[in-house]
Amino acid sequence: MSEATGIGASVKRREDLRFITGSGTYTDDMNQPGQAYAVFLRSPYARAKIGAIDSSEAMAIEGVLAVYTGQDTAADGLGDIPCGWLVKSKDGSDMVAAPHPPLAVTQTNYVGEPYGIVIAESVAVAKQAAEAVTTEFTELNAVVDVASAAQSEQIHEGVVDNLAYDWELGEKAATEAALASAAHVTELDIINNRLIPNAIEPRAAIGCHDRVADHFTLYTTSQNPHLERLILSAFVKIAPEHKLRIVSPDVGGGFGSKIFVYAEETAVIWASKKVGRPVKWTAERGESFLADAHGRDHVTHAELGLDADGRFVALKVRTTANLGAYLSTFGAAVPTYLYGTLMAGQYKTPNIYVEVQGVYTNTAPVDAYRGAGRPEATYVVERLVETAARELGKDPTDLRRMNMIQPGDFPYETPVALVYDTGDYEASLDKALEHSDYQGIDARRVEARERGKRRGIGFACYIEACGLAPSQLAIQLGAGVGLYESGEVRMHPTGSVTVFTGSHSHGQGHETTFAQVVSTKLGVPFEDVEIVHGDTGRVEFGLGTYGSRSLAVGGSALVMASEKIIAKARIIAAHMMETEADNVTFADGVFSSSNQQVTIQEVAFAAYVPADYPEDLEPGLSEKAFYDPENFTYPAGTHVAEVEIDETTGVVELVNFVAVDDFGHIVNPMIVDGQVHGGVAQGVGQALLEHGIYDENGQLLTGSFMDYCMPRADDLPDFTVDTTVTPCTHNPLGVKGCGEAGAIGSPAAVMNAITDALGVKDISMPATSEKVWRALRRE
Amino acid sequence: MYQFNYHKPATLDEATALYKEADDPIYLSGGQTLIPTMKQRLAAPTDVIDLAGIDGLSGITVSGGVVQIGAFTRHAQVAESEAVRSAIPALADLAGQIGDGQVRNRGTMGGSVANSDPAADYPAAVVGLGATVHTDQRDIAGDDFFKDLFETALQPAEIITSIDFPVPTRAAYQKFPNPASRYAVVGVLIADFDGTIRVGVTGAGPCAFRACSIEDVLNENLDPDALDGVEVPDAGFNNDLHASAEYRAHLVKIMAKRAVVQLG
Repeated sequence: MSEATGIGASVKRREDLRFITGSGTYTDDMNQPGQAYAVFLRSPYARAKIGAIDSSEAMAIEGVLAVYTGQDTAADGLGDIPCGWLVKSKDGSDMVAAPHPPLAVTQTNYVGEPYGIVIAESVAVAKQAAEAVTTEFTELNAVVDVASAAQSEQIHEGVVDNLAYDWELGEKAATEAALASAAHVTELDIINNRLIPNAIEPRAAIGCHDRVADHFTLYTTSQNPHLERLILSAFVKIAPEHKLRIVSPDVGGGFGSKIFVYAEETAVIWASKKVGRPVKWTAERGESFLADAHGRDHVTHAELGLDADGRFVALKVRTTANLGAYLSTFGAAVPTYLYGTLMAGQYKTPNIYVEVQGVYTNTAPVDAYRGAGRPEATYVVERLVETAARELGKDPTDLRRMNMIQPGDFPYETPVALVYDTGDYEASLDKALEHSDYQGIDARRVEARERGKRRGIGFACYIEACGLAPSQLAIQLGAGVGLYESGEVRMHPTGSVTVFTGSHSHGQGHETTFAQVVSTKLGVPFEDVEIVHGDTGRVEFGLGTYGSRSLAVGGSALVMASEKIIAKARIIAAHMMETEADNVTFADGVFSSSNQQVTIQEVAFAAYVPADYPEDLEPGLSEKAFYDPENFTYPAGTHVAEVEIDETTGVVELVNFVAVDDFGHIVNPMIVDGQVHGGVAQGVGQALLEHGIYDENGQLLTGSFMDYCMPRADDLPDFTVDTTVTPCTHNPLGVKGCGEAGAIGSPAAVMNAITDALGVKDISMPATSEKVWRALRRE
Repeated sequence: MYQFNYHKPATLDEATALYKEADDPIYLSGGQTLIPTMKQRLAAPTDVIDLAGIDGLSGITVSGGVVQIGAFTRHAQVAESEAVRSAIPALADLAGQIGDGQVRNRGTMGGSVANSDPAADYPAAVVGLGATVHTDQRDIAGDDFFKDLFETALQPAEIITSIDFPVPTRAAYQKFPNPASRYAVVGVLIADFDGTIRVGVTGAGPCAFRACSIEDVLNENLDPDALDGVEVPDAGFNNDLHASAEYRAHLVKIMAKRAVVQLG
């Protein structure tokens, strides 16, 4: 075992050779014999009745194979696309899920919603044909504004006040009483801006139907192919699971947007049987903007009560969450169970009450986007805490410190349904203050002022719940599936290993990290371990990758499977050394008993060539495991942002950013650093640059990179990234997950820095130069 | 992209003849606006006449106090030209701030100027430096060239061949880029010709223009602080997602002040 590839080593990512040399195999790189091409008919209106659709002119164009509409999918008995999480309202009633047909049948409810599919011999012909289809729309008034959605025209039949649910968590009466008797109450009205995910690879799908076997294969950009198969099979009724294979090959980023089951891949796989040809669709960027699930989009009023010493006594939060036109796969859960449950943050706030109204609007569905609920929760808590410190004239780090849950308090049960297993929040705060030279901030402010710049510093002490999720708890809270993960470790006769995981890598580096884990556990060379993922035809089952769960849940399954391998191999080794299994020790790939040794590779060979073999033991050395976590994991840390604001233009420059995170044990520090960098870039993007904007008619104004501003390298400083470690207490690796932390802590840190520099209570994200200039002018 | 006829003429005469014969023709120069627009099916010309095959439209010469730049000269060539940098460094700076590296390697000066995008950089220089636009038919003063949003003094079929930029005593370009597109929200070029100041503004209005109120003040007193009291009226200014007319007017003043500082 080489040390340089074990758990804890910054092994270079083995997948990067193909990614950075353009040798990856993404869905659009794949082609099937006889393949045809799809283009979607998309609603030009935010809300409209669909009248007559005339495709005769389109069908007359040479090379056009078919034009199907929602009428056709409905006639074929295709089911609706379901929401995978049932949230209940305060009164115990189920949320109201508006039907979401794969292709709209009678009414479209957001601009870009697909209501038909055109299939032709080429994309160009399909586009030409799509333009030749005439559709009689009757435009209706669009509901766009989140805050007034409940008072607007009703979008869906049966959904009164456009309200999907009115949810609550925590003790209302106790919280209100504590607020009423608090020495000080800090209030904030907060808008969490709508984001559009924009993975570098747009969504794509190729649907194939084998007429002889009546078997479907769907190649698509999915973060969780098994869940996609389950939904397409059980709900949409494409085909039984054993007749449907989903392959999710190399995928260029997801950030949540590729978790969900969408209309397009559903229509493509269905249409492949109808036309008897493989059907391919690759989204153009404009389609991604319109029809990928968006993120965030909350309007919140929040109150934090403090006693005379500054101890938090109560937190009350009321949020209206925009769910978009339909409930996307996890859309109902994100602003509730992934949001309200995080309101304790790192603090011992004894009374917390959260209520969330989930509303429908005529905009693209809103669902999980990197962080998913937890950035929104952190934003509420950390903006409030910082504001409270300013109002009370206290140092914001001191106020946090006196309210933090202490290492001796764990396990700590919050008032909002979670039990934190471990942590040391002051340790990461201390380290972050040191890295950010908090002592020197006053001198830096003075120096900046001389250059016409306002300098400010802001903090965010975040916590998140990752490692989704204990299945029974998740199902009890409304999840439609368990949230365990499966893994299989298959040792071959010659001792090399193929690992099958239900996690899916779309940039995370699992092919490297998981090989580090398995090679360390089995004591075999890193090079001898290969990771297989993203194919329901090869991997038994899986729940996929999101919520920073892959290593904590998927990695733990691989540890369990590896331990089963070692247990069986120990029996074989004992037989080979003519001793009892109890006398055999295992370390670094070698079984030992007194002065005898056999390697795990020798054992593997014996397992497949059982010439002299234990009685009653099956040959072979391949083991599966399903790991169901006992609890969530709780990564936490402190992010510190420092900004300079140009007084003349209002331009905000992020000049320093420090992230100190506690991810528990770390398998590959380089990959973790990269995850933090990327997450922080996205969080800074939310704070400074990104904003998905619809006009009052529901037309998307930010439908391209000309108008929707993604963060770029020159928008960012060098980040200082460091870690503290309190190992997770309940998974075998002691890991917590690192994929989302950067995007969770950074928006609050950046906005706290900006409001500090400006001396204003609040400014909404993104802090564009004009907004900041207007704030400066109001002085 | 819709179907179209592609032509690659070898001479200006051939190009204009093709243009006049076609139903809905368009000239292709660097293609940095036209090609994306066609790909998005927002433009559907019947005939695309590629000017890349015409000799003599590219190149940079400096003589008699004038920098002459061929219409087909790429932005990167202007940005990297030693001749431009020593004669009008502000023009080389401006060219180096257009788009990104790929855009600068393909986009051309003539294409940019003929398009009159309200947020393009070159128009600020054409106006601010008092350039002369040479076409296959005539010479047009820079002050008279830009008419409105995507509208210029060019007649149908007319082709820009080169642009003459008088060499100023000194000049400076200050740009406030749109963080998303990196086009100019506002760009201000200030040129000093032996004590006479010209100010060209792009991004703020429907097309590039001279900021006379700023020129008047600077001709009196070439000092950034002199601009503090200047009113830049925002009537007719662009007002969109990225900046209000009011903010643009403010930025015109701030960029002008910075340009004066940069003049040294």
